[in-house]
Amino acid sequence: MNDAKLEKLQILSFVLDDEFFGTEIGIIQEVIEYREVTKVPRTPEFMLGVTNLRGQVIPVIDLRRYFNIGCQAISVDTCIIIIELMLDNERTSIGVLADRVCEVLELDVGAIKPPPNIGTSIDNRFIYGIADHDEQLIVLLTMSKIFSHEELQQAFESGSVASQQHEVASESQ
Amino acid sequence: MDLVQIFVDESFEHLQALEEALLELEDSPGNAELINTAFRAMHTIKGSAGMVGFDHVSYFTHHLETFFDRVRNGEFALTAAMSSLILECRDHIKSLIEQQSPPELMVQSEALLARLHQLAPVTQSAPATAPAKSTVSEADSLAGYWRIEMTPHTTTFTEGFDVLPVIRELQGLGESLVSYRWHAPDTPFNPLSCMLHFTLLLSCNVPRSSIDEAFMFVEGDWQIQIEKISVLEDARLGDLLVENGVVSTEQMEMMLDSKPRTGEVLRDKGIATDHQINQALQQQEFIRKQTQSQDAPQQTLKVPASKLDSLMNLVGELVIVQSAISQHAVETNDDKLKTIAEELAMLTAGVRDHTFDIRMLPIGSTFGRFRRLIRDLSVDLKKEVRLHTFGAETEMDKMVLERIGDPLVHLLRNSLDHGIEMPEVRAEKGKPREGSITLGAVHEDGQIKIVIKDDGGGLNTDRIRQKAIERGLINEHSQLNDDHIHQLIFEPGFSTAEKVSDVSGRGVGMDVVKTSIESLQGTIHISSHAGQGTQINIYLPLTLAIIDGLMVKVGDEHFILPLSAVEECVESPREYHRQGPRLIKHRGERISAARLREAFSITGEGPAIEQTIVTRIADERFGITVDEVVGQHQTVIKNLGKMYRQVRGLLGATILGNGNVALILDVADFYEQCKYQLAQSTLGANVNVKPH
Repeated sequence: MNDAKLEKLQILSFVLDDEFFGTEIGIIQEVIEYREVTKVPRTPEFMLGVTNLRGQVIPVIDLRRYFNIGCQAISVDTCIIIIELMLDNERTSIGVLADRVCEVLELDVGAIKPPPNIGTSIDNRFIYGIADHDEQLIVLLTMSKIFSHEELQQAFESGSVASQQHEVASESQ
Repeated sequence: MDLVQIFVDESFEHLQALEEALLELEDSPGNAELINTAFRAMHTIKGSAGMVGFDHVSYFTHHLETFFDRVRNGEFALTAAMSSLILECRDHIKSLIEQQSPPELMVQSEALLARLHQLAPVTQSAPATAPAKSTVSEADSLAGYWRIEMTPHTTTFTEGFDVLPVIRELQGLGESLVSYRWHAPDTPFNPLSCMLHFTLLLSCNVPRSSIDEAFMFVEGDWQIQIEKISVLEDARLGDLLVENGVVSTEQMEMMLDSKPRTGEVLRDKGIATDHQINQALQQQEFIRKQTQSQDAPQQTLKVPASKLDSLMNLVGELVIVQSAISQHAVETNDDKLKTIAEELAMLTAGVRDHTFDIRMLPIGSTFGRFRRLIRDLSVDLKKEVRLHTFGAETEMDKMVLERIGDPLVHLLRNSLDHGIEMPEVRAEKGKPREGSITLGAVHEDGQIKIVIKDDGGGLNTDRIRQKAIERGLINEHSQLNDDHIHQLIFEPGFSTAEKVSDVSGRGVGMDVVKTSIESLQGTIHISSHAGQGTQINIYLPLTLAIIDGLMVKVGDEHFILPLSAVEECVESPREYHRQGPRLIKHRGERISAARLREAFSITGEGPAIEQTIVTRIADERFGITVDEVVGQHQTVIKNLGKMYRQVRGLLGATILGNGNVALILDVADFYEQCKYQLAQSTLGANVNVKPH
C-alpha cells in the first residue's frame, strides 16, 4: 500500500462556475444528483443546508459561494460530491455542490505544479497544486484544509456576521 | 459473553443488592426479607466465584454468608457497627473482583474477617438450623393463592346490599379471577332473592386481614369461606369442578377411570354445563399462571447494550419508511394502500414503544449509589443527614439514566455540603438535628421530573448577587428578582463556597451540571427560601431518539416542534407588521412571541391568518408564530453533525416521508435566542427608528 514514492495521483475533476477543480479520489464516497437541500437558519450562505442520504443527514457546502466565484443556476448537471473527512477525530460525510462532475483522471505527480501566487480565483491555502490536462488547468483542492475546524469556525463567524449585516441592511432599506 | 464477565456483572448486581438491603435495614431493622436478600447475595457470589476460579472471593464471601445466616436465624441482631463493617466488606469484595485478588487485598480480607468475628463471635453451641426458621417459612408460605367462597344471604338484594363493591374490593387486592354459580334452582325464580354463589381466586401477596376487611359489613349474613391454597401441585380440572360443587367426588372418580378429557366427557353426559366447565377452565388457567409466576419470579434476559442501540436505529428507519408509505397512500388516494399504511403505522408504533420500553430502566436502580454517597459523606462532614427517596419505579431511557448519574451526584453533594447545616446550627434554628435530603422522580406532562430537595439553609441571595456582579455576569443596576438571581449559580465559573472543599465547590460545578442536563435536552431550575431549604427541579425528555413532534410550515419549509413543549395552538390575524419578538394576549395573560419566519430569515410574506404555538419552557410561556400547523409527526431525531454544531435553537433534523429533511426546534434554546435578540433590538431600537 504505502509505496515509498507516489508516481500517479488519481483525482476526480469537477467544474465550479467555469473553472476546473480536482480532488484526490480517496476521500470521495460517492457522487449523487442534486437533490432538495434544507437550509439551516442562521448559517452563512455557503452552507447550503442539509440533505438526506439514505437516512443520514448530510451537510451540503457550496464552494462557489465560499470562494466567492460565479454561481450558475441549478441544472441537470448539478451534482453533490459526497466526501468523507476526519473532523476532530470524527468521521464526517460532507456534500460538496458541483456544477458538473467530469471524470476520474490519473495525473503524473511530476506534472503537478505548486500553486501560483496569483492567477487563481481562490485562496492559496486551499490549493495544493495545479495541473494541465487536455489543455485545461485543473486546480487541486485540499478538502481537509477547507473543512478544518479553524477555517470553518472563521468562515462561520464572518459568514453569520455578514448575513446579519445583510439582514440589517435589507431591513433598513 | 464469557463466563468471567458474566460473573463480574452479576456480582456487581448482587453487591448492589447487598448494599441497598443494608441501607434499608438501617431504616427497618430486623426486616427478614432484607436480611434474606443480603444472605442470598453473598451465597450467590460465593457459589459463582468458586465456579469461575475466584477462590479467594469465594472464601471471603463464605464468611459473610455465614454471618448473614446467623443473623437470619436470630442469633444476634444487626447493629450499626456491623452494617458499617459489612459495607466495607462489600467494597472490598468489589475490589477483589475488579483487581482479581492481588495478595495485598487478600491480606486486608483477613483483617476485615477478624473484625467481623470480633463483632459477631462464633458461639460454640449454635446449631444454626432448627430454631428461628420462621422467617423463611413465612416467605415460603406466601406461595399460593386464596380461594374465597362466598354465598350472599338470599335477602341481600332486598336489604339494599350490593355484591359488586365487595367483589371489586377483593379484586383490587391483587390478581384475581371471579366465577359464579347459581344455587337452589328448584324454587320458582324470584328476582329479589339472591341465589348466587361466588368463587374468587386471589393471588396471595395479600394478607388475610385485608381480605377479611372486605367482608366487614356482611360477615354475619354471608357464608364466607377463605382458604389458602398452595400452588405446588397442578390444579386439575376435575378437582376444581368438585370444589365448585358442580360434580360430586363420586361422579368425578367414576369419570377419571374412563376418559382423559374430563371437561368434554362431563359436558357430554350433561353433568356440567359448558359455562360451568369454562369457568373451571379459567380458574385452572389462573392457578397455572400463579404457579408460573412463583416459579419464575423475574425472568430476565441480558442483552448487550449495543444490540439495543442498533435495534433502536432500525426502528428509527422503520418509522421513516412507514411515514413515507402513509404519505404516499394519502397522495395516491388508494384505499387499499391506506388501510395497509394504517395497519403498518399501528404496528410500527407498537414496535417503537416496545423497543423504548426495553431501554427503560427504573431510576431506583441508581438510588442505592446515592444513599451510600449521602451516608459516607455525612459521616465525613460530621452532619446528620437522611436521604428520602420517592418514585424509584419511574422509568427512563437507559442512556439518559447513565448520563444523569454524575450531575445528580454533584447536586446531592452540593445539598449536603452547602445546604444542610451542622447539627448544632440546626438545633439553634429550631430545626431537627437531622437534616433531610429528598431525591425523587415522577412522570409529569410527558417529561420526567427529578427533584432534589433539602431542608437546609437555602441560597444566600445577596451573596450570589454580589458574586455575580464581581464576575461580571450582571451589572449593579440589573433588576433581577430573587428567582432570577438564584439561577445565576448555573452560570459558568460561578461558585460561592467560602473555601474550597474536596466535596464540592471547585468552581466547576453547577454550570457543568446545567450543560450535561441540557445535552440531554433537559432543563434545570432551582428555587430556594432562605432558612427553609432549596429545591432543584430537573426536567428531562422521556427519550432521546424518537419524539412526538408537531410539524409546522413556514413558507415551503417544514419544522418540527417537540410536542412535549407544546401547550396549544392559537390562530390570529396578522394584524400588525411589527418585526421581532412581540407580546400577544393569550388567555388573559400577555406572553412574548416570535415569528419563526423572522427569526430564521425565511423570505416571503406570511399568510393573513397565522398560527401561534404556545410552548412552555419551565414556568414560562412563549409563542412561536408560524404560517401553518401541519399536524403531529413521529420524529426520529438525527444529529445535525459537526458542521452545524454552532447553530443555536435547533435540536437536530429529521427525515420526512418525502425524503426531505426538516429541522427540529429546540424550543428552550430558541426562546433564549429570541430573548437575546429582543435585548439587542431594544438596545438598537433608538438607532433604527425611522418615520414611515
